[in-house]
Amino acid sequence: MKLIIAVIQPHRLDPVREALAGIGVQGMTASEVQGYGRQGGHREIYRGAEYTVHFVPKTKIEVVVRDDDEDRVVEAIQASARTGRIGDGKLFVLDVSRTVRIRTGEEGEVAL
Amino acid sequence: MKTWRSARRSVGLSTVLAVLLASGHAGAEDGLSGGDTAWILTSTALVLFMTLPGLALFYAGLVRSRNVLSVLMHCFSVACLASIAWLVVVYSLAFGDGGAAHSVIGGLGKSFLAGVGPETMAGSIPETVFFMFQMTFAIITPALIVGAFPERIRFSGVLLFTLLWLILVYAPACHWVWGGGWLADMGVMDFAGGIVVHTTAGVSALVLVMVLGPRRGFPNELRPPHNPGLTVVGACMLWVGWFGFNAGSALSAGGGAGMAMVVTHVSAATASMVWAAIEWYRFGKPSVVGIVTGMVAGLAAITPASGFVGPFGAIVIGVLAGALCQWFTTWIKQGLNIDDSLDVFAVHGVGGILGTLLVAFLALPALGGLGLADGVSVGDQFVTQLIGVVAITALSAVMTFIIARIVAATTGLRVSTEDEIDGLDITGHGERGYDLS
Repeated sequence: MKLIIAVIQPHRLDPVREALAGIGVQGMTASEVQGYGRQGGHREIYRGAEYTVHFVPKTKIEVVVRDDDEDRVVEAIQASARTGRIGDGKLFVLDVSRTVRIRTGEEGEVAL
Repeated sequence: MKTWRSARRSVGLSTVLAVLLASGHAGAEDGLSGGDTAWILTSTALVLFMTLPGLALFYAGLVRSRNVLSVLMHCFSVACLASIAWLVVVYSLAFGDGGAAHSVIGGLGKSFLAGVGPETMAGSIPETVFFMFQMTFAIITPALIVGAFPERIRFSGVLLFTLLWLILVYAPACHWVWGGGWLADMGVMDFAGGIVVHTTAGVSALVLVMVLGPRRGFPNELRPPHNPGLTVVGACMLWVGWFGFNAGSALSAGGGAGMAMVVTHVSAATASMVWAAIEWYRFGKPSVVGIVTGMVAGLAAITPASGFVGPFGAIVIGVLAGALCQWFTTWIKQGLNIDDSLDVFAVHGVGGILGTLLVAFLALPALGGLGLADGVSVGDQFVTQLIGVVAITALSAVMTFIIARIVAATTGLRVSTEDEIDGLDITGHGERGYDLS
């Protein structure tokens, strides 16, 4: 199993969710997070004073999928989250050693 | 209303009453106007609403989230403290009979409202109503200064500063202009507090923060306002409350109040649009924090003029306030490098002084105003206005500097760096504005 973590533009959350639902991914976790990458924050102006906001609002989604689905899911997220502009975010894939469905105690890919 | 038309020589309508009060014009309920009394009771509620919660929310939205409660606490406790101080001594110093020293300060004869009962009159309204109406001005003026020192001041310092400031700055300033003091005798025009409220608060804010020092990270590493929505809500309450502030200062429910309300509203709307338009031009985007700040600037600037100018004057004042106050917000912080954090001087001080000086011109009937006193030229009136501004600026600056030193040496003025970083909410009051768990 693979854990796919994607940090994306907040306004791309719905397109990503729809894309993943479209290829049969049955669940995800989404969080509002702050961060910065190569674009290094942004500037806001209040009453003529500039404020550097180092941490930009982002949305982090986490999805655990079967090994076979990894490439399809990565492609779906990448395609649906992309705007082509700086700040589109990043995507990471990690190995998952164990999954347990809390209600039933089922383990492994059936628990996904 | 005839009182204020005939009394325009020594104007600022409270002056009229102060003269009446000082001359012992306090009989049974002769001459009580139910309409006037009802309007001033209403205005009193409106002006208190300006501070609680209007100004408190306006300021609270502009600080970082870990200081939101401390700003609300500052405004609230200043309101409580000022109310008690007003009853005990400040009202009497401002509006009591000062005897031989009356041109400088009132006496202590009205401490605890001595000799004032339900029957005691002040013009066409009970003196109790006048006392309460004026109290709300003594509440909002030190509360305005809260905008200068948030996020780093010690709470005990806020209390001590406020108490001493009310006695040493507000009481004499109010007495000089509205209580029959020497500026009133000169005929200075301050309808609702351009000098007494906005100049005193603005200048004192600037001097206090020069003693207190800037926020950690000023000017380049500050956090932006945490909740501009709160600021807008508070600003809207200020706008509504300002009807009581200015139209209530007519001290009657007549044409004077009506016109004061017209010009107040027009100036606020104009200054809002001008501020936003300039931002749009300068930065490419008109901001909501900007448009409501422009509104406050327009309201502060029309305040001294609101009983003397017409709609044309209101538009002129609104345009100039929106432009000039915005320029000052940038200049004070980036030019002078002074952390008057929420721009008390740039908005209130500059606005109040602007309106105070312009009223000498815009009161002319040719410009739609209601006229200067008989035999007074524009030049004479302008000099009088200038003397008023300079005198109150000097009083505010010198006294505030002394008070700030006293506070720094006793309760202390500033929190530790550690407390400043952690925020005043949790370190000063043991509470958090937002539980995000």
